[in-house]
Amino acid sequence: MLKNVFEYTGKKVTVFFFEAGKITSLFGQVIYWTFKKPSEVKSIFEQMVIIGNKSLGVVTITSLSTGMILALQTGTAIERKISGAANMLGGIVSLALTRELAPVLIGLVMAGKIGSAIAAEIGTMNVTEQVDALKTMATNPVKYLAVPRFIAAIFMLPLLTIYADLLGTLGGLFISLNIFDGTTGSYFESLNMYMRLDDVFKGLFKTIFFGAIIAVIGSHKGFETEGGAEGVGKSTTSSVVISSMLILVTDYILTAFLW
Amino acid sequence: MIKLNNVIKCFGTQQVVNSLNLEIPDKKTVVIIGRSGCGKSVLLKHMIGLLKPDSGSIVVKGKDIAKLDTAGLDDIRKHFGMLFQSAALFDSLTVAENVGFALTRFTKKSPAEIRQLVKEKLALVGLENVEEKKPSELSGGMKKRVGLARAIAMDPEIMLYDEPTTGLDPIMSDIINELIVNLQKQLKMTSVVVTHDMKSAYKIGDKIAMMYEGRIIEEGTPPEIQNTNNPTVQQFINGSSKGPIQVLG
Ligand SMILES: Nc1ncnc2c1ncn2[C@@H]1O[C@H](COP(=O)(O)OP(=O)(O)OP(=O)(O)O)[C@@H](O)[C@H]1O
Ligand SMILES: [Mg+2]
Repeated sequence: MLKNVFEYTGKKVTVFFFEAGKITSLFGQVIYWTFKKPSEVKSIFEQMVIIGNKSLGVVTITSLSTGMILALQTGTAIERKISGAANMLGGIVSLALTRELAPVLIGLVMAGKIGSAIAAEIGTMNVTEQVDALKTMATNPVKYLAVPRFIAAIFMLPLLTIYADLLGTLGGLFISLNIFDGTTGSYFESLNMYMRLDDVFKGLFKTIFFGAIIAVIGSHKGFETEGGAEGVGKSTTSSVVISSMLILVTDYILTAFLW
Repeated sequence: MIKLNNVIKCFGTQQVVNSLNLEIPDKKTVVIIGRSGCGKSVLLKHMIGLLKPDSGSIVVKGKDIAKLDTAGLDDIRKHFGMLFQSAALFDSLTVAENVGFALTRFTKKSPAEIRQLVKEKLALVGLENVEEKKPSELSGGMKKRVGLARAIAMDPEIMLYDEPTTGLDPIMSDIINELIVNLQKQLKMTSVVVTHDMKSAYKIGDKIAMMYEGRIIEEGTPPEIQNTNNPTVQQFINGSSKGPIQVLG
């Protein structure tokens, strides 16, 4: 019994380090090809457009509702003790959004939307021998498939986060005006008072890492896919789970260092 | 020349290739026959470095490709064309982009020249007006032929064909057989063809090799194979259910 427990744990730990090694190696190759020769320029732009198209809708809904919820929750809580919550909402909403909520929520939403798509697409190519076909035509699959997705993701995540920062702030303004009788002037005055530009930049800086995680984990799971349609389904799911976990952990580490 | 020496390959506990030796002479066509699941596709993938042997060597143009790194493999692979059993077309690209894939990447030809070449290669495999279609809009046999057009697009020195005529009607099969013969004659290609189609094997092969239980058990010219005394080979080429080959397992 005890032996089984050890054996089981041992196996899991080995598998974990084996996979971590593979991910690290893929990450290394991706970085190498990204800086070596950024070929496949057409493909990079294509991927950027795909990411933008796929995610604009979810990012809009996520950021708008987050800004509104944030304003509503903090506003009502403040009103319990003091009146005139509207005078502080701009600062609270924009700080929470730019430093933390927009980057991490966009990261998680994109892991579901883009990371899964990368894993499914490369995974399907893998099980239908398209990745092998690339190799026979002297084309490195990491360079051809993973690198354009990586570059597109590390550009698009910050862009989408800027959009989310703006939209979330406007969502907060909407609540401030309509629920707490605030004015546009007082909303932006408090925003100005509490928020600094480096809050925005540090938040955006984090999303570059999230983009990297999403693209590398999605590609890794794609390249490791085995066993037909069922395998593609498994890869897709696990790419979302792994990249979400990694995003949260990385978020903590980066936050601890940045502020 | 491609030379396989004592190649061994296992998947888990299943030994698929077992101390296999085979020589593919330059500018000749070698046909590999054998039962479904005996490891023909696996063998073909070893010749272009998609699979690495557990032991043994695979020498192509004087280099053991089992020992090459990615860059070295890419250099060697520029001399190869490969038709996959499943065609393996890139389904995000059109037929024209598939066939022109290597031309676009590795030559300095203009888009117009590439369009013309793509058209010619498609005509060779009996296809026209399919350039703008996606692979999902093609029939199985059409995919196979687009795969073939893609494989020969760069006029490679060495062609690997995995079941080129499977899924084609008899007339189309014959057209593809002639194409393989012509490519070998005109461009002096070295070809390895995996097939179950004995008619095609006799027509295109300079040499036929039969794979059985992970080894090449017999090789020879088409007449030699037709007149073999080996009961296993006889059973296979005559398509009989009775003989030394165990039908189950
Ligand atoms: N990637 C792989 N992982 C595990 N087993 C494999 C793999 N590829 C092939 N095999 C096994 O190796 C054996 C030989 O497969 P292969 O595809 O070479 O057969 P084949 O001779 O080409 O058959 P067919 O004529 O039906 O195409 C099969 O038993 C198959 O299950
Ligand atoms: Mg096969």
